Amino acid sequence: MDITGLTVDALHAAYAARETTATEVCTAVLDRIEAENPQLNAFITVTRESALAQAARVDEALAAGESLKPLAGVPVALKDNQCLKGVLTTCASKILGNFVPPYTATAVAKLAEAGAIFVGKANMDEFAMGSSTENSSFGPARNPWNQDCVPGGSSGGSAAAVAADLCVLATGSDTGGSIRQPASLCGVVGLKPTYGRVSRYGLVAFGSSLDQIGPFGKTTRDVARMLGVLAGHDVHDATSAQVPVPDYLAALDGNVKGLRIGVPKEAMGEGLDPQVKAAVEQALRNYAELGAEIVETTLPNSGYAIPDYYIIATAEASANLARFDGVRFGFRVEGAKTLHEMYQKTRDLGFGTEVKRRIMLGTYTLSSGYYDAYYLKAQKVRTLLRRDFERAFESCDVLLTPTAPTPAFKLGEKTDDPLQMYLSDIYTVTLNMAGVPGLSVPCGLSTEGLPIGMQLIAPHFAESRLLNTAFAYEQAHPFPKRKLS
Amino acid sequence: MEITKKTVEKIAALASLELTEEEKERFTGQMDAIVHYFDKLNELNTDEVEPMSHSNLGDDPTASQREDVLIPSLGTEAALSNAPQPGAGHFKVPRVL
Repeated sequence: MDITGLTVDALHAAYAARETTATEVCTAVLDRIEAENPQLNAFITVTRESALAQAARVDEALAAGESLKPLAGVPVALKDNQCLKGVLTTCASKILGNFVPPYTATAVAKLAEAGAIFVGKANMDEFAMGSSTENSSFGPARNPWNQDCVPGGSSGGSAAAVAADLCVLATGSDTGGSIRQPASLCGVVGLKPTYGRVSRYGLVAFGSSLDQIGPFGKTTRDVARMLGVLAGHDVHDATSAQVPVPDYLAALDGNVKGLRIGVPKEAMGEGLDPQVKAAVEQALRNYAELGAEIVETTLPNSGYAIPDYYIIATAEASANLARFDGVRFGFRVEGAKTLHEMYQKTRDLGFGTEVKRRIMLGTYTLSSGYYDAYYLKAQKVRTLLRRDFERAFESCDVLLTPTAPTPAFKLGEKTDDPLQMYLSDIYTVTLNMAGVPGLSVPCGLSTEGLPIGMQLIAPHFAESRLLNTAFAYEQAHPFPKRKLS
Repeated sequence: MEITKKTVEKIAALASLELTEEEKERFTGQMDAIVHYFDKLNELNTDEVEPMSHSNLGDDPTASQREDVLIPSLGTEAALSNAPQPGAGHFKVPRVL
């Protein structure tokens, strides 16, 4: 039995049958990280000692006959923008390169309470800004299916770690596609919950009206289980919703008979790789065979989503990142003679190019004389994007699109052309703009052997429907496991 | 709106970023292209559309507020634990004037 490749269900069955222990599983996973991380660079920090201590506590509880908590003994990777008290949390940035948070994020605390074992902090694009994990000041992460390719981003380390069995589950954060796009490129399941579903307390902020924390897993069931742990109201996050958390696992019956699946015609047109298109069309036929009703629909304003998103997200980022100034935490440049010189030099040396580019764009669109033309205009267009979803959901239960326009691309292919990189998010950003949940589930392999994902979209707080729709497909069409290198 | 090197310098000052000459040159062209792309939104008539600033739809804006009771905060020691230059219970900085 390869204990590093198990799902939570299989792991818990093995624990219950006393076939293995949390310490054995955790050690095997940590050894695999040690062997594979030098190539994949999926982790910035590996927390071997504390992970083994957590595993020992799980084994003690098991030996004492306690029942298994939902994530007991499950190795989990945390995206490195989520605070874990006493453990380096860098956001893959030089400016936070020495930051050791004095508190733990609510989502992370909930995972710990559920028995999860934290094996490390996952690599990412600096401050979650990017679609390839190449914008990391700790070097790029690589795609386990083909190491010449990117794992996607910004949660690329998390997705790569799950795909390469360097953990069983991982957290990500998603501001414009940063969970779903890497899930698609790495052949794993990733879910961006409804805005407000999961607390962001202790998540380093990027775009506050867009950011959500969410789960990555090898299967929809694992993702459903993890969402159940993460979700819920938190007094520390004023945007977290007071909406009851359903039993996501209980909702998985695999029945999609009569489910109306809408396909926005804009998502299947120009700019879509023919292999991705073919895989998504095949999945639609498979859904029809399972009894779902396929409906053509429209999101008429989706062609404006990318410019609209990049105005809103960069504006919010420029405000959020003003706090990194060398005064209270993180990197400070030596030898500056005045406070202002210290700010400017610290920020210039502390931030990477993409982060600076976005701070510049956001500062520009918020600056005097341009606010109405750009930011206010973008907020109005955002209303139109939200209305597109409201109309589409009048005649459909879920929507289905590709997750990303292409399979994984090569490292370096888009780094000099920010606009091309931004277009990787073309199918994902609209969900963050409207606040609705989305999930990427693998639906095929390209002729080059790279994973292809499809995105399912549901109305606010309908994650159960989303998960069950993915589960039905996954049961009928299991995704091939990556051959280990 | 055309982005010139002068615009970039003005925005960099507002953003407290000391850019190198090379960065200024590079950002001038890239920001010009991206801002032109932003102008695509002008194809849409939004005269009658309300702006959307967040996506907590229909929520009572005060729904998430807690009772106004005192709870423990981080404390000075923890708050200063990451300070580049702490001193006498404060954050020290280079001279302001």
